[in-house]
Amino acid sequence: MTTVADPKAPRPPRAKPSRLTTRGNTELYGWVFMRASGVILLVLIFGHLFVNLVAGEGVKAIDFGFVAGKWASPFWQVWDLLMLWLAMIHGTNGVRTIVNDYAERPGTRLVLKSLLYLAFVITVVLGTLVIFTFDPCPSGSPADLLPSFCTAS
Amino acid sequence: MWSWVAHRVTGVAIFFFLLVHVLDTSLVRISPEAYNDVIGTYKNPIMGLGEAGLVAAIVFHAFNGIRIILVDFWAKGPKYQRVMLWVVLGLFVLTMAGFLPRHLMHVFGGE
Repeated sequence: MTTVADPKAPRPPRAKPSRLTTRGNTELYGWVFMRASGVILLVLIFGHLFVNLVAGEGVKAIDFGFVAGKWASPFWQVWDLLMLWLAMIHGTNGVRTIVNDYAERPGTRLVLKSLLYLAFVITVVLGTLVIFTFDPCPSGSPADLLPSFCTAS
Repeated sequence: MWSWVAHRVTGVAIFFFLLVHVLDTSLVRISPEAYNDVIGTYKNPIMGLGEAGLVAAIVFHAFNGIRIILVDFWAKGPKYQRVMLWVVLGLFVLTMAGFLPRHLMHVFGGE
């Protein structure tokens, strides 16, 4: 239990800057990033939800053919790539803030943040590879599972 | 205070959904059958209600996030933060009123 100094007491001389207090403006940039990415994510995710859940037949129409039809277009590849990266950085930074707030023991913080950053790397790398190495018309697959343009030729 | 709690709770929930969402979508890289099998297990009323809850969490987090930005950057933001919370809740109700009937129709409407 620590006691709070008398508010009227003169301010103690400022401690010499330690390594911990000279970490630059990283937290400020993170704060700005949360707001800037938040605005972009609102547009990207509302568009994503509208196209996938509201337009057409909605959620029941989602299958391989639907996804392949979208990712055959560079427009949706870039849309989803941006959404993946921005949402993962935004979300990872948000969870990092929450870990900092509630996990008090250094060991707990280290474990939780290590898991968080591991999940970040796996998800971003996997998602990026899938978007760019994806084949909408894999050979040998039944035609009725593929988007219609696969059999058009 | 409660909007701050709700922002954190919805944020964490959306984050964990996002991890699973990227994993299951990655199945398209394995085979059409693998993806369709897993997505097929989502096509039931319980997951349909879960999707409605997820959209609700996203819509609240999005609108409340705009409110946070206005409080931070708009000179009159702090003065109107309480009014803006009611605007957020109003827009939330309007958006969900537009989304829910259509989504529930897709989930429960049969073929």
